[in-house]
Amino acid sequence: MDKKPVLSVRDLKAYFSLDEGIVKSVDGVSFDAWKGQVVGVVGESGCGKSVTMKSVLRILEKPGKIVGGEILLQKEDNPNEYIDLVKLPENGPEIRDIRGGRIALIPQEPMAAFSPVHTIGDQITEAIRLHRPVSKREAYKICIDTLHAVGMSMPEKRFNSYSWQLSGGLRQRAIIAMAIVSNPSILIADEPTTAIDVTTQAQILKLLKKLQQERDMTILFITHDLGVIAQMTQYVVVMYLGRVMEKGPVDDIFHNPKHPYTRALLDSIPSAQKTTKVKLPTIAGSIPHPFNKPSGCPFHPRCTKMIPNVCNIDPPAETVVGEDHVAYCFLYQNTKEVKDAA
Amino acid sequence: MSEKNNSVPEETKEPTALVDLDLDEMIRSKSEEKVSVASNWKLVWWRFRKNKLAVLSLILLFFVLLIIMFPDFFANQKSEETNARQAFVPIQKLHFFRDGKPDLWADKMVGKRNPKTLAMEWVIDEEGYTDLKFLGKSFKWKFLFWETNVHLITSANPGERVFLLGSDRMGRDQYSRLMYATRTSLTVGLVSVLLSVFLGVVLGGISGYFGGAVDMVIQRLIEILNSIPYVPIWMAMAAALPREWSAEQRFFAITVILSLLGWTTLGREVRGKFMSIREEDFVLAAELIGCSKARIIMKHMVPTFLSHIIATGTLSIPAMIVNETSLSFLGLGLRPPAISYGVMLQEAQNVQTMANASWLMIPGLVLVIAVLMFNLIGDGLRDAADPYSK
Amino acid sequence: MASYIAKRILVIPFLLFVFSILIFVLIQAPPGDFMTTYSAILAGSGSSLDAEQLDAMRVSYGLDQPLHIQYVRWIEKLLRGDMGLSLLYMLPNKQLIAERLGPTVALALFSFILSWLIAIPSGIYSATHKNSFGDYFFMVLNYIGVAIPNFFLALLLMWFFYVKFGWNLVGLFSPEFEAAPWSWAKFLDMLKHLWLPGIILALGGSARLTRVMRANLLDEMGKPYMVTGRAKGMSEWSLVMKYPVRLAINPLVSTIGNYIPQLFSGSLIVASVMNLQNIGPLLLQALSMQDMYLSGSILLVYCLLAILGTILSDLLLAWVDPRIRLE
Repeated sequence: MDKKPVLSVRDLKAYFSLDEGIVKSVDGVSFDAWKGQVVGVVGESGCGKSVTMKSVLRILEKPGKIVGGEILLQKEDNPNEYIDLVKLPENGPEIRDIRGGRIALIPQEPMAAFSPVHTIGDQITEAIRLHRPVSKREAYKICIDTLHAVGMSMPEKRFNSYSWQLSGGLRQRAIIAMAIVSNPSILIADEPTTAIDVTTQAQILKLLKKLQQERDMTILFITHDLGVIAQMTQYVVVMYLGRVMEKGPVDDIFHNPKHPYTRALLDSIPSAQKTTKVKLPTIAGSIPHPFNKPSGCPFHPRCTKMIPNVCNIDPPAETVVGEDHVAYCFLYQNTKEVKDAA
Repeated sequence: MSEKNNSVPEETKEPTALVDLDLDEMIRSKSEEKVSVASNWKLVWWRFRKNKLAVLSLILLFFVLLIIMFPDFFANQKSEETNARQAFVPIQKLHFFRDGKPDLWADKMVGKRNPKTLAMEWVIDEEGYTDLKFLGKSFKWKFLFWETNVHLITSANPGERVFLLGSDRMGRDQYSRLMYATRTSLTVGLVSVLLSVFLGVVLGGISGYFGGAVDMVIQRLIEILNSIPYVPIWMAMAAALPREWSAEQRFFAITVILSLLGWTTLGREVRGKFMSIREEDFVLAAELIGCSKARIIMKHMVPTFLSHIIATGTLSIPAMIVNETSLSFLGLGLRPPAISYGVMLQEAQNVQTMANASWLMIPGLVLVIAVLMFNLIGDGLRDAADPYSK
Repeated sequence: MASYIAKRILVIPFLLFVFSILIFVLIQAPPGDFMTTYSAILAGSGSSLDAEQLDAMRVSYGLDQPLHIQYVRWIEKLLRGDMGLSLLYMLPNKQLIAERLGPTVALALFSFILSWLIAIPSGIYSATHKNSFGDYFFMVLNYIGVAIPNFFLALLLMWFFYVKFGWNLVGLFSPEFEAAPWSWAKFLDMLKHLWLPGIILALGGSARLTRVMRANLLDEMGKPYMVTGRAKGMSEWSLVMKYPVRLAINPLVSTIGNYIPQLFSGSLIVASVMNLQNIGPLLLQALSMQDMYLSGSILLVYCLLAILGTILSDLLLAWVDPRIRLE
């Protein structure tokens, strides 16, 4: 593993200013991603994971705006230098080169992600020619090869198909082909398997893993499915209400979770082995309204280990709880005592 | 948001609390409750009143409705009162102050015959003035059951005629005639829309609810009607009306003719709504508890898109008014002695007349304002009736 | 696709048959016939025909036959391409209509193209600059455009040009071309007179189209494929022009079917106001004089034009939208 991360998000803040007030969708998120690593970003809906990813690509829709922090991308020619994506003009040529070129996106709904009146081939070759000075014929060849690579049968025929003529699995493969067609070094997969059935889901995950290993890509894998996280990723970032709760290697997160939220999440997974007649635990309360974000640690109103007058005042600082393993929780602020308590 | 911690006693913040009972939450749920128990009409009204132009138009509509109900009160001369010597009198401008004091008066016009062309030429008499009276007396009219001769604004001298919007070729007062024209033209519009809404809802509803062969026939009918250029067919229908019919009969016939072809848009829309709502769970639920078909349609389905129908209906009023005006303007719709915007605009049919007496085009401007008013109300209603809008 | 076209084309005769009955009923409905009107006119000018002469003329024109016989005879003639004789002009209806069909279609086509040329750019501008000054400007313009009836706009503009520039913009041809046979010069002369009625007709239509275009485009610009396009690295402008604009135009194409009959309706009124010698004023004259076969033929031609327009729009829609073409 390189000493330096390929992408480093530092204290990112992205707010939406609406008539009713400001929604702090992402409020100080930091994490790193190394080359060839699959980073899972997990959290309930509305936790800010999609907004974080859109911020990385700088495609946050109005009225959303990045108000602070840095998104550092390693330069291709010099691994010691970084570009701060936040500083680039939103629709300037530099960021457009990076979008689709160095960082590509696999969007959420494969059906709606394609235009229904343009052929698959048209939309994929467009992605090629935006980043490489190739002729139409060469682009066609690259497109067919890529469609092959994502396991699509009869790519020549699919080239002229429309998205609505394909099955869900094929459509997802086409989307993946479009994302990897310019050999990006980072792939953002935004819940790529939520819209398809379980069997296809397994195939798609296998394909993604294979492509990642072949091309040594970094994948930022966004999902709310902990099973997928366990299967796919090496490093996990757990988010709640616009903040990181805990991040660490996947084994540590699953076998030695520190943050009460992570624990609560893991407890609420039904297990095939444990067939006790105990009710499946749930997290008490519900996610607060975005305008009403709790002060301090955002999880404190629902936390069973909440420390009065501590957790509800200021947000907790980053605390190292293991190798590469960090939690944002007051329980671990004084590391020695905490070890006994845990 | 930040006051929250101060306002909440610490005791309620016990770690074991299952439900977070903070004050903000309760206040918020109160206001949400207000929204959730409000009837659909209240919600529509809350959304509608945010649209300032639409509210303004609604207020205007209120006054227009008064004119439609009591045109005699707003007029100050009989619609057919003519005087060849007072033809083409220009607008006598209304003034509210004289010598710094509030007073109601209008410009005085003096007519001089041009010695060469022998045409009458009217100029403002700077010295003189036409004294007016608020709630003065003029011709007799019937207010509901009582006879009265009070009008909004009249000339202060009995017998003197004042032309607030000028006079036409025959020396008739445009302002007074405009009041009657407003009644006729807007009534045609409103009534024919009511008729076409009725046709559209019944036929569209039948088509959408029952589907199958009935739907097929009605759909084809709509398709056929939609591919007709309306105006030529309307013209032919209007031309087919017997010449000896009275103004009232003609009025009624024109209304029916307009609505006969005008229901298709609404019919199609209602059908679409029925088609989609028919599949909804609440309709299935109503069927399962044994509601009759009529009850399901009237009690469960129609209310879900009634506001939508009203909005679409409002938006189709302008087209009806414009069509009546166009037909009458071409001489195929209403005919004198009936007065509508179209009949009045016939006076402005050639360029020379218009150039000499530009005030003859005022009925057209009033028509545009009326159409704008209905469009703005309709747009406001449509946006407010859409449950998915913010 | 082939069956789709075939189905559309096979409907034409059926529709024309339905319309021909409707039209025949309409032109038959007024009490009396052309002879009644004719004798009234003669009486007005001092001379008169006696009842026997009138009846003789009725027999010779077939006006004495029962209705269904008259209808069958009319249709039979129509199928042979004979539209009958205009009693008003004493000329074949076909010739009268053919002379004026060119200007009618030219006016409709001209204003159709013009309204699209205005509507699409202004719709794109309004949607991409939502709530800007330009957007509000177009919005106000569109509200007014929708609210002004064609004939009143025609009156206003005629008045404006007359008072300001002394132009009297009525008629379709300059006097020297009025009776001349068709030639290139006559065609150019017609274009010179066509621009104002064309603009008048186009403005109302383009106001409606702009609103639809703006709403469609705003709708499309919120779709997920926009995120895909941005993530690909497309510039905002080329993204908007390639995807949402293309998709927003599809529903607009499907409105052509309703728009074309409206255009003919509008052109009829504007032509009557501006005294353009297309088939509109001819119809008005035929209707008021009860020249029933002339008005019947014109009505049928209007219906045919409208049906052709609708079919054209269906084909166009299939051409631009693969979802319809490939179904």
